[in-house]
Amino acid sequence: MPDAPGLELIAQEINAAEEGTVLETAYEQDRARLIVDSEKVLPALRWLRDTPSQRYRFLSSLHAADYLPGEPRFAVHYELLNRDRVERISVKALLADGGDALPELDSCVEIFPTADFHEREAYDFFGIVFRGHPDMRRILMPEDYVGWPQRRDFPVGGEPVIFTRDEPDSPGWYE
Amino acid sequence: VSDRKPPETLPRDPRIEDPAMASLPKGPPAQELEPEQELMTINMGPHHPATHGVLRLVVTLQGENVLDVVPIVGYVHTGIEKSCEQHPYWKVIPFVERMDYLSYFFQMEAFCGNIERQVGLEIPDRAKYLRVMHMELNRLHSHLVWLGTSALDLGAISMFWYCFRERDKVLDLFEMSTGQRMHTRYFQVGGVIEDIPIGFERNLRKFIDQMPSRIDQYEALLDSNEIFLRRTKNVGIVPRERLLELGVTGPLLRAAGEPWDLRKATPYLAYPELEFSIPVGTVGDGYDRYRVRMQEMRESVRIIEQCLDGLPEGPFRADDRKYSLPPRDELSVSMEALIHHFKLVTEGFRVPPGELYYAIEGPRGELGCFIVADGSAKPVRVHYRDPSFVNLQAMCVGGYVADMVQNLAMLDPILGGIDR
Repeated sequence: MPDAPGLELIAQEINAAEEGTVLETAYEQDRARLIVDSEKVLPALRWLRDTPSQRYRFLSSLHAADYLPGEPRFAVHYELLNRDRVERISVKALLADGGDALPELDSCVEIFPTADFHEREAYDFFGIVFRGHPDMRRILMPEDYVGWPQRRDFPVGGEPVIFTRDEPDSPGWYE
Repeated sequence: VSDRKPPETLPRDPRIEDPAMASLPKGPPAQELEPEQELMTINMGPHHPATHGVLRLVVTLQGENVLDVVPIVGYVHTGIEKSCEQHPYWKVIPFVERMDYLSYFFQMEAFCGNIERQVGLEIPDRAKYLRVMHMELNRLHSHLVWLGTSALDLGAISMFWYCFRERDKVLDLFEMSTGQRMHTRYFQVGGVIEDIPIGFERNLRKFIDQMPSRIDQYEALLDSNEIFLRRTKNVGIVPRERLLELGVTGPLLRAAGEPWDLRKATPYLAYPELEFSIPVGTVGDGYDRYRVRMQEMRESVRIIEQCLDGLPEGPFRADDRKYSLPPRDELSVSMEALIHHFKLVTEGFRVPPGELYYAIEGPRGELGCFIVADGSAKPVRVHYRDPSFVNLQAMCVGGYVADMVQNLAMLDPILGGIDR
């Protein structure tokens, strides 16, 4: 893990390369985290991957999270790893809820091919669109599924199970 | 008397050339592709015995050659991650261990270890050793199922019986120490739920004394088997750089010559105190993957033996009553213990706001757990980075259809983990 001053240096250097990329840094439980603007996440990831002193070349994982009622509502986490120094750093891209429009950010498949399935999963469950992804389809839910099931406002048991005894209450439910 | 007549014209044998046709002028060679060059898309699965679960593959073939494989997953998606958000932390453990049904101890460790790091809870040494012991037994179990089913795919049916015989002994041990054969819910935040019973050590020692010779037997069966060797050697090679780009970890990466193992790289639990080595392959074909896993089983036996020898005395769960249950015998004498017990069981403990990714080395690679906590007793988000899910992207393209089955077997995907 980069230590806390090291994390600040990384943040400064990324911001020197492109102003306003890193919004904040967090250092908790010995884990370094960069909180970045979702519009500039790709340059930040590329910088972390290619800069000779950093070389976080392995994307361990990518997860989306919904922080409802927090603002901004969504975040995409990238868990980067430098395998030579065994250092992890996580990059958190904040995404606002766009109402009816789905939140969007750039896909990182071209710099980290492993993100392919991860991004499809994030799209599938949270409705986060990754621009430039080669195959932005649902992956685990059925293709004709409507809704984003792992958002916090999606109820558990979102699909009502209707029995024939409920027929009088909801006529024509099978249509 | 039958009134059946012989057919007036007998069906023509196409191999006999019609002399009437021979005199006709031959046209130019047909412009259409030969049947061997035509592309054909076929569907394999989801209910195919060689897909090791409910996996569907859309395969593009040219003759017998595989040009493209598109995996389609999600048939056993059960929404476990969503369900986890509805339950207190301690009730989430049985959910997460049902994702990848062959590595339940690892999922539990990923989850409990993550919470322990978020709340800053140090677990006692005995619990660390007990966890490692059970995780390595679990690795043996997982590799045995892999070996049996993969050899079955390649036609070696007796391997299946032999491997499942040993697997059953592992499950018997689990039953003895935890009460359950699978999905044991043995780990809990702060340690393990119970100490190992009297007689467990004897049974486990008997098992680990026997196991190396069993592995010798498996190797004797497979390593001199011409069919097995021809079907695995130099088949299914994905270059090491490509594997790294695709995020592949575990035995697949090690078989390609990369000595990357989180047990060594990021020491957790009792692994820094134990002596073991990381088997590494050279080219990364199916045979290397097989060899690496076989050697890993031997290393697991070594680790278990060291755990038994060095098992420290002392408590098996942390003494922090805010997170781990008080001992049963205190409930009848201590009001405080009773209150703690009541609070922990009804409400569960709270985890301060934070988010953490914690990864361990599962039988198939990096198994990571990401938990977002908001200060309440329920997690906001639980996400598993399942190694099978990521490794599936490295399905090798090329080779024959039969090689694809071999490839998939050596990949060792567990669909429960992929679909979660």
